[in-house]
Formats: sequence, structure tokens, C-alpha cells
Amino acid sequence: MPRVRVKDENLEQSIFLQRAVIAAVILVGMIVLLAGRAFWLQVLRHEHYAELSQGNRARIEPLPPNRGIIYDRVGRVIAENTPAYQLELMREQAGDLDATLAKLKNWGLLEPDDLDRVRRLVQSRRAFEAVPIRLQLDDELVARYAVHRHELPGVTLETRMARHYPFGAIGAHAIGYVSTISESDLMRLDKERYFGTGVVGKTGIERAYEDDLLGSGGYREVLVNAEGRRAELPEGRSAQLQSRQPQAGRDLRLSLDIELERVAEEAMAGRRGAVVAIDPSNGNVLVLASLPAFDPNGFARGISRHEYLALTEDPDQPLFNRVLRGTYPPGSTIKPLMALAGLEYDVIRPQDRVFCPGHFSLPHSRHRFRDWKPEGHGTVDMHNAVMQSCDVYFYRLANTLGIDRIHEIMTRIGFGAPTGIDIGGERGGVMPSPQWKASTFGTREQQVWFPGETVILGIGQGYWAATPLQLATATALLATRGEHYRPRLVRALVDPVTGKVEERAPQPLPPVELKDRANWEVIVDAMVAVTSGARGTAVRAARGAQYSIAGKTGTAQVYSIGQTEKYDEKEVAERLRDHALFVAFAPAEAPKLVIAVLVENGGHGGSAAAPVARAVFDAYLTKEKG
Amino acid sequence: MYEELGASRTRRTMTATARLMRALHLDGMLLSGLAIISVLGLFVLYSAAGDNTALWINQLARFGIGIAVMVAIAQVPDHFIRMASPMTYVLGFVLLLLVAVAGDVGKGAQRWLDIGIIRFQPSEIMKLAVPMMCAWYLHQRPLPPSFWNVAALLLMILMPVVLIAWQPDLGTALLVTAAGLLVVVLGGLPWYYMLGGVALAGAAVPLVWSVLHDYQRQRVLTLLDPQSDALGAGYHIIQSQIAIGSGGVFGKGWTNGSQAQLEFLPERSTDFIFAVIGEELGLLGLLAFLACYLFIICRALYMAAQCRDAFARLLCGSIALTFFVYVFVNAGMVTGLLPVVGVPLPLVSYGGTSLVTLLASFGMLMSLYSSRKLVG
Repeated sequence: MPRVRVKDENLEQSIFLQRAVIAAVILVGMIVLLAGRAFWLQVLRHEHYAELSQGNRARIEPLPPNRGIIYDRVGRVIAENTPAYQLELMREQAGDLDATLAKLKNWGLLEPDDLDRVRRLVQSRRAFEAVPIRLQLDDELVARYAVHRHELPGVTLETRMARHYPFGAIGAHAIGYVSTISESDLMRLDKERYFGTGVVGKTGIERAYEDDLLGSGGYREVLVNAEGRRAELPEGRSAQLQSRQPQAGRDLRLSLDIELERVAEEAMAGRRGAVVAIDPSNGNVLVLASLPAFDPNGFARGISRHEYLALTEDPDQPLFNRVLRGTYPPGSTIKPLMALAGLEYDVIRPQDRVFCPGHFSLPHSRHRFRDWKPEGHGTVDMHNAVMQSCDVYFYRLANTLGIDRIHEIMTRIGFGAPTGIDIGGERGGVMPSPQWKASTFGTREQQVWFPGETVILGIGQGYWAATPLQLATATALLATRGEHYRPRLVRALVDPVTGKVEERAPQPLPPVELKDRANWEVIVDAMVAVTSGARGTAVRAARGAQYSIAGKTGTAQVYSIGQTEKYDEKEVAERLRDHALFVAFAPAEAPKLVIAVLVENGGHGGSAAAPVARAVFDAYLTKEKG
Repeated sequence: MYEELGASRTRRTMTATARLMRALHLDGMLLSGLAIISVLGLFVLYSAAGDNTALWINQLARFGIGIAVMVAIAQVPDHFIRMASPMTYVLGFVLLLLVAVAGDVGKGAQRWLDIGIIRFQPSEIMKLAVPMMCAWYLHQRPLPPSFWNVAALLLMILMPVVLIAWQPDLGTALLVTAAGLLVVVLGGLPWYYMLGGVALAGAAVPLVWSVLHDYQRQRVLTLLDPQSDALGAGYHIIQSQIAIGSGGVFGKGWTNGSQAQLEFLPERSTDFIFAVIGEELGLLGLLAFLACYLFIICRALYMAAQCRDAFARLLCGSIALTFFVYVFVNAGMVTGLLPVVGVPLPLVSYGGTSLVTLLASFGMLMSLYSSRKLVG
């Protein structure tokens, strides 16, 4: 008798429940089986597998590239790579990191100040990477390591190429330095390219040309045993080992002349300030000196926190690049340019005479703008006004020109914007205008442009601020009679393997054309008179020179660059003195070199700054002739 | 007084969340389990991927897609899913035939179908379509199934499975078979059928052996004696066991597993990622992952038992248990208990299609569960 089956919901649900419970029991059992298997592998057989994992391990050894070498103008090596010992630490093999670091500290292999930095550095890298913890060890430290090496697992002494600057502090602000890659550097760098490279360019040429200098890192896999020593390759495994050859970075040929740099820095005789020398025909920078300077070898070696603080807290600010980043009122050095503006806009002729009573006042105003010479210069024409640096003549001229025309021409000459030199960190300074003032200041009263502010621009004071480099490029414009080049430190890049040279062509900037080219000569003649005329302000410094110098002295009222020193009456008095300035080019008729000198708190341009320029001219021009 | 206020506010917030969950047909407990395992998995994948962050971001994007699909499917009414079952099955089967005829070959296997915009594996569809079809078939018949019903079901399962195994994709074939058979078993397949099946399977071993591809045979042999081919097929198993074993109880630390990071461990971001967990997070890490999986499966089974009609119950139960099959086959393979079969660790292994399919299946589970009060 056939049974008719119908769907029985209760039966179906109980079947399902029964099956689901059985399935759940089985699956819990299987999960327990898996957990048991894991327990077997990870607890009971752990030692066996840990040994295996250590035993058949290939360690990746970095093959760092050789950093490009830097040569000066005539081929002298100013940054090179020399073999040096460095300590490296592999966290995984060191075991207890803190204990290892404490031992290193006790034996003098690490400075106490450095412990925290090193700990963070090691922890930011992967456990099996060897991290450089101290660079360029001297013989004594190497010997000390040798005594204790058996107590320092995971710490190895490696020979690596290290950066060395044979001229030390000379030219340090131009060349810059390399130093240990910091955690913040790691954020922006391609880690693979820097594998095995412990340092990176931090300032100057070393930073700006980092990409060319670095090259790219290689590596090779090495089979090592549990202690990290190199092991023989077992059969069949050799094919697994990979390697990549490093590629050396490119060498740099600079326009900088390291001996001329030395002359300039020695002529500064320990005073603070800046010297820039440029070849006006192509923008090559021969001297870029900011003083005081620092020894870049200290950074390359791995500067301790203590040494670093000493540099940053020095009131003389040795790490501050005054050539690129120091902005000073240009003072009287811009008077020739102001005269040029007067001629270009036809507001004055060279022969027009102005009576200088020793002060100047605007109409309907009783405020007196004083001349540096209280009794006045008497009646002066343009030639005499530049030669004697008569302030009244230029107060009047600036007032006649008006702020808009001054701003227009000085901006064309390059004030108020970076020159575009091929190393970084440059400041643009300030070329003031009513628009600039309106957008810079907050309150309505401060935003108004006063006529008196135009007047003092005539002698390079007021809001006007320029870097020594800008003063040099502006002066170069007078030397070339209007031609302009972007200043640069690197002339060529050389591939060390193929020997291929990539010359960098000079980069012309838009020239400044005058309506009447004869006006250039009017200005240059007056500047020659500064160093040779009867009442020139820089005559003493130029006496006996075998070439003619066109120059202009200047004195700038003190401009603070954010010093943080404590109040000290003597010190402050010294630091309130005026900055001495001097710009010049020589020979005047066929200029080969343009120089700008700034001596902080040096007093008068003619006596403090001009002799520095003279020393550099002598070294460059007489040597060239000889 | 303040405490009471605080407590009631907490309760209000919780009920608001619960209301939102109900409105979206989602299950909070299951969702939490999935979320925990996914987040943990992303951490492990980040480490396993090493410098290849693009891979990790890819996976993140796929999670986005998968979650969207899951939530979308959870909104589909249960009767619609039931009605769509035969159609999905037929469509998937036709696509599988197309692959066999005109599919793309990738990694030595013909699995992909290129339809202009996207390339995908129709075999993935079958992971859901086969259990849907089986559940639909059984839904209309009294349970437990009769002999002829079982025969028809086996045919429904084996036709696509043969095509998938032929590609060859042993892992997916296995999962599809499991998904289908689990429906039948949960539907009340008599025990003596099962015993008979096991006996038949044992007898079929020599036959299957002759059909297997060389590499598949090699994998089985290697399981029996890994050292016999230490640098060839056994390499995977040996290295993964070294990785897990050397991890110990606490592991070598996240991103510090030398086996994984030095690339000794093959396929470390895909099929062998379980070994990365074992090496870097140790026994504790493995147990935590297993506990999470167990929680998800138990919750899913509980939800299945709550469903009011046969179709929903069977499909949900199959989804829950298939998920377990994933975990067991993968973990068993990586720990050396099972042969190397290309089954990913669910929700953790890198790989897009299986991730989306998995989340889609959970979406379906939630949809069926959420309509339990309206049916029956």
C-alpha cells in the first residue's frame, strides 16, 4: 500500500535541528583538531622549527652606492668618500635592545645623549635590518669595540664609505653636508634607494643635488646560519639568491673656487657676515661665504646632541646661511641703481646739481631726513652724489621718482624675489610698495603708505630688505650693462662610470634694457670714482690695485635676525652697531668678478667691508694675470 | 541618579542601533564577528604584503564592494531569492560552459570569462547557485528526500562540479560540492546513504587518481612525505610549517616574521596567509582567529535554525557550514593536515572574487533570517 507523503513542517525542522547540532559538534571537534595541530607545531615542536627558520635564512646585505664626488672650479676635491668604520646593530640578534644600548654607553661606544635617538632609529627599522648606530669610529673606539665584541651580539663593525670634506668649514654653507637619515627623512625618501645608505644630503649642494649624487643602492642575498655568520650554500638553493649592483651617483663640478673661498673667509677675520663673488658673464658663483661657519665633517660623522645644541644655541648662528637667508637693508649700495632709475625715467640729468645742506624735508613738513654728514656735501651732481654717497641727493631723487617707479625698476632688477640659485632655502627679501604694505599689515593705519617711506628708500632703508646674494646679482647687472644670469654653483655633472659630462649652460634672465645705453657708463664712472676719486668712500681699500674697481659702500641700520641671547650690555651695544656693506666689480671696463660683502655690526662699509672685497679681487685677478 | 540617566541613554542609543539594523535586515552579532575578523585580517595582510601597499589598498576597496553587495542582497525579500534560484543556477551553468569553450587562461587554468568590462570566474557564482538550487528543489518536496530525489540532487551538483574541476580548479570544485552536499545532508539524507557514499568514494579513489592532473597528484603525494620534494611541491608545506612552528606561543611580532618578510613563505598574502598569522602572532593569534571563525559559524547556524521554511533553513545552514569548510581546508592545508588545495582563508586572504562571493552569501543569510517572522 503506497504511502502518500506530504510536507511535515515539524518533522523537517526537527531533522534540521538534529543535523545542525551534529554538524556543530563535528565542526567544534575539527576546530579543536586545528588548534591541536597549531599547539603541536608552535609549542611542542617550536624549538625544532625556530632552528630551521634561523638556519635556512638568507640575509639581505645592502650594497650602498658611492656618492658622487664634488670638485671645485679647478678640479680640487671638496667632498669625497673615504673608508671608515661604523657600528651597526641588528635588533633581532641583539636580544635585549635596552641592555645592549646600556653596554654600548658604558663602554663609551655611544654618547649618553644619543641613546634615545638610536633606540628610536633601530625600532623604526625592521628587526632583521642592520641599522648604522655610529658612523666614522676612530682607532680608539675600534679598539674598544674589539675588546668587548663577544659581549655584544647583533652589533657589528662594518667598513663603509663615509663622506669627508677635506676643506672642513671652508665653503660649508655652499656645499652643505650629509648626515644620518632621520625618522622624518624616512617619510619622504624612497626606502629602497636608500637601502644600506645611512646618510642623506641635508643642506646646500649636498641636498639640492641629492638625487644626482646618491646613485641607487644594490643588495645581495647571503645565506647565514643562526649566529648570523655567512654559511655555505646548500645544494639547489644557490639559484634563490639574488643580487643587484649599486649604481654610483654622479660627480659634480662646481663654479665655486675653494681657494678663493678661503681668501674671502680669512679676510673676514672672524667677523660675522657674508661674502658672495659671481662671474657676471655667466652667473657662476665663485665665493659663497657665510660666517661664522661650521665643520660639515661633524655632521657626516654623526654629530652628538650636545654638539648640535652648541651650534644651534650659539648667538652667532653658525648654521644660519646669511648669503641666502639673511635679509638686510641694502643701504647706500643701491644708490647707483637709484641714479640709474632717475636717468631711465628722465626725472634728472647727470649734470643736474642739488644743494645738500645736510638734511632734507618734504614740503609742508618739519621732519628732517638727515644726511650722514651733518654739515652737508654742498652742491653735488650725480657723479659726486654717488662718489660721496650724498643722502640728500637721493632723498630728493626718490621723492621725485615716486614709489611706483622705484618699485617697478627695482623689481625688474631682482629685488623682492629669490634669485633662483641652484641650492635651496633662499629668501626673496622685501621690495616694498603700497600694495605690499596693504597686504602685509593688519590695521588700516598701518596699511597707509607715507611719502616719507618713499624718501628713505632712496638710501636703501625702510622696509627694503635684500640678501647679500641679491646685492651681488644686482651689481652684476651694472657690470654687464644690463645682462642677467641666474646664479649657480654647479657647472657640470659627470657620470663616473661612462665619464659622460653633462654641462649645464648658463641661464640668462630677461635683460634690463635702458633707453640710452650711455647711462650705464655714467653710473659705472661714478662707481669707479668711489674707489679712486678724491672724496670716494672706498679709496683707502682700493689703493695700489693693479686694476680699476667700480664699487659702492653702504651702511645698514641693524636688522635683527632673531637672536635669542640674554641681555648683556656690552654685547648688545656691539650688536646695535650698523652693518657694513660693500658691492663692487673689477676690472671696471671689462668686469670679471662681482663681489658683495656684508659685515654684521662692522660699522662703515669703506673701512670694514671694502678690504674684504679687495683681498678677493687681488687673489682672483692678479693670480689670473700671473 | 546620574548613573541611571547614563544607563538609559546608553539603552536608547543601543535600541536606535538595533532599529537601524532591523530596518536594513542586518544581524548585529554576525556583522560584529565578520567585522572583527576582517579588521584583524587587514592587519595581517598589511604585514604579509610587505612593501606592496597597493595590494593592501586593493583589498580594502574590495571589502568596500563586498560590504555593499552584502547589504544590497540583505534587502532582497526571501521569496524572491527562492524564485531566482533555478534561474541563477541555469545562468551560472551556461556561463561555465562558455568558459570551457571560450574562457581566458590565467595561471595555467581556464577559469576566467571576459565580458568586456570585467573578467570574472563563473565558478564563483556556482558557490551560491548550487546550494540555492538544491534548497529550492528540496523545499518543494517532503523531507527526508527519497532515493530519486537524492539522485537528482547529485546530478545537479556534479554537472557544474565536473566542469569546474576540468578547468582545473580543485579548490572551488571542492567548495561547490561541499555547499551542495551540505544542503542534502541538512535536509535529512539518511545515514546509510552517507556511509554508502563514503564507501563508493573510497572505491573511486583509483579512478579519480587516474583523472587528476599531475600537479594535483603531486600535492597529495607531497602531503604524505613533504621531505621527498623539499624544493619543489613540498617547499610550500615545509616553509609554512617552519613559519608557524617558529612563531611559538607569542609570535615574532607583527611585520617581523622572517619567514614571511624574507619571502621564504610562498603565496603569503593569498593561500598561505594563515602561516603569517602563526609566525607573527603565534599560537595566541591563531587561536584568536579560530575562535572568531567559530563564533561566526555558530551564529550563522543558529540563525539558520531560526528560519521558518525549508528553503531558508537549508540554504542558510549550507552557507554557514561551507564557510567552515573554507576555514578547515585552508588551515588544514597550511598546517600540513590536508593536501595543498587552492582555497583561500575566508575574509583574510588577498583576492577579490571569493571575498565578494562570501560577503554576498552572508547578505543572503541575513535576508532569509530577517524574514523568518513573515513566513510560515
